[in-house]
Amino acid sequence: MSTTETTASGVGPVEGAPVYTVDNPAPLIEAPRKRTKKTPRSTRGNFELAAWLFMRLSGIVLVVLVIGHLLIQLVLDGGVSKIGFAFVAGRWASPFWQVWDLLMLWLAMLHGANGLRTVINDYAERPNTRLWLKGLLYTATVFTILLGTLVIFTFDPNIR
Amino acid sequence: MATPVLDKADAAGRPEPGFADSPYITVTFRVRRFNPEVSAEATWEDFQLEIDPKERVLDGLHKIKWDVDGTLTFRRSCAHGICGSDAMRINGKNRLACKTLIKDINPEKPITIEPIKGLTVLKDLVVDMEPFFQAYRDVMPFLVTKDTNEPTRERLQSPEDRERFDDTTKCILCAACTSSCPVFWNDGQYFGPAAIVNAHRFIFDSRDEAGEQRLEILNDRDGVWRCRTTFNCTDACPRGIEVTKAIQEVKRALITRRY
Ligand code: HEM
Ligand code: SF4
Ligand code: FES
Repeated sequence: MSTTETTASGVGPVEGAPVYTVDNPAPLIEAPRKRTKKTPRSTRGNFELAAWLFMRLSGIVLVVLVIGHLLIQLVLDGGVSKIGFAFVAGRWASPFWQVWDLLMLWLAMLHGANGLRTVINDYAERPNTRLWLKGLLYTATVFTILLGTLVIFTFDPNIR
Repeated sequence: MATPVLDKADAAGRPEPGFADSPYITVTFRVRRFNPEVSAEATWEDFQLEIDPKERVLDGLHKIKWDVDGTLTFRRSCAHGICGSDAMRINGKNRLACKTLIKDINPEKPITIEPIKGLTVLKDLVVDMEPFFQAYRDVMPFLVTKDTNEPTRERLQSPEDRERFDDTTKCILCAACTSSCPVFWNDGQYFGPAAIVNAHRFIFDSRDEAGEQRLEILNDRDGVWRCRTTFNCTDACPRGIEVTKAIQEVKRALITRRY
């Protein structure tokens, strides 16, 4: 063993004197992907898991609901020409169609809103843009769901 | 002295019999150049090369660097597809320059060579890999066991248990997958495919005992649920790892809590 092994740095004496010593330490390398105040806090809980599962499960139910809806509204029984106030009133007289439409409304809106939420997360780069776009999205979603639900439950076929 | 056969070919100054023409062809390398000390803008620069099409893109880059323009900057170490240094975007697709033969990527047209996307370009084809490696470190890519004592014998594992995660042991951390992912391009906070692949390698290792912890890390907002299943990563991986499948297996493990 040589007695001259005094280099404290990783830079060996290959090319002359070591660049860094105890008195002249190598610069600290900043932690990358560094946690700053702006870094999104890591999340606990299963929200993203639940949202991911919901997209798939609601998608399966929506296939039945939407295709059924399109068939009834646009294809069977004379197609679009039959649609009118009377047709809607007749359909909503049955609790079956009320539940069908209510379920379709809620699932499509939540599915669509959650889908757009992921689109915003993927594409909006600045936190502020995200905040506003999501605010707009959630407002529109809540408004549409509430209004639709209200109409389905309070629909009056005798309205003048 | 070389072998007599080579001698003959050399002496004649033309290719061996059976090869009518020189194997060399002219190709254009269109390289994305960036030097922050010169300009804030990145530009394309064309290089004409005489090269055997059976050579690799890396050989072309070497020709440029050694014979034409020494300032061309790129990473490579092993030159044999094992160190993961030279992932770059060649003709719009992430590949290792050292595993891409010129003849396989249509040398008739200019071959475009860019740095991988989604990471800060430092110079020419060199990017800052630290965010990539930080995501890798964040998933604890090392064996974790509950007993704190030094093991006194080998940790045995059945061939079936070993097979379970065999695919994800092949990763060379080249970042081709992560830098091909559109979610990562837009939000570098996403862990990215490579970190998930390397978490998978330990989550499904029967000897490891921190699977639960790793799953929790990847259950995060920026974890596996951001994957949109575009399969870019699987297409990009030079080791042929089924990256998207590994990500889906982690998702399934999170839902069923079975791994
Ligand atoms: C017909 C049956 C439907 C099925 C099977 C279905 C299935 C899916 C699935 C599985 C996803 C998730 C994709 C991913 O995570 O990468 C998704 C996303 C999405 N869905 Fe649907 N969906 C259906 C109907 C609808 C409807 C009616 C709407 C609009 C109200 C809608 C709007 C969206 C949006 C905006 C996204 C996000 C797009 C994206 O992530 O790239 N979907 N859908
Ligand atoms: S999974 Fe494949 S593409 Fe991704 S870093 Fe590993 S070797 Fe490279
Ligand atoms: S130089 Fe090592 S992988 Fe290409």
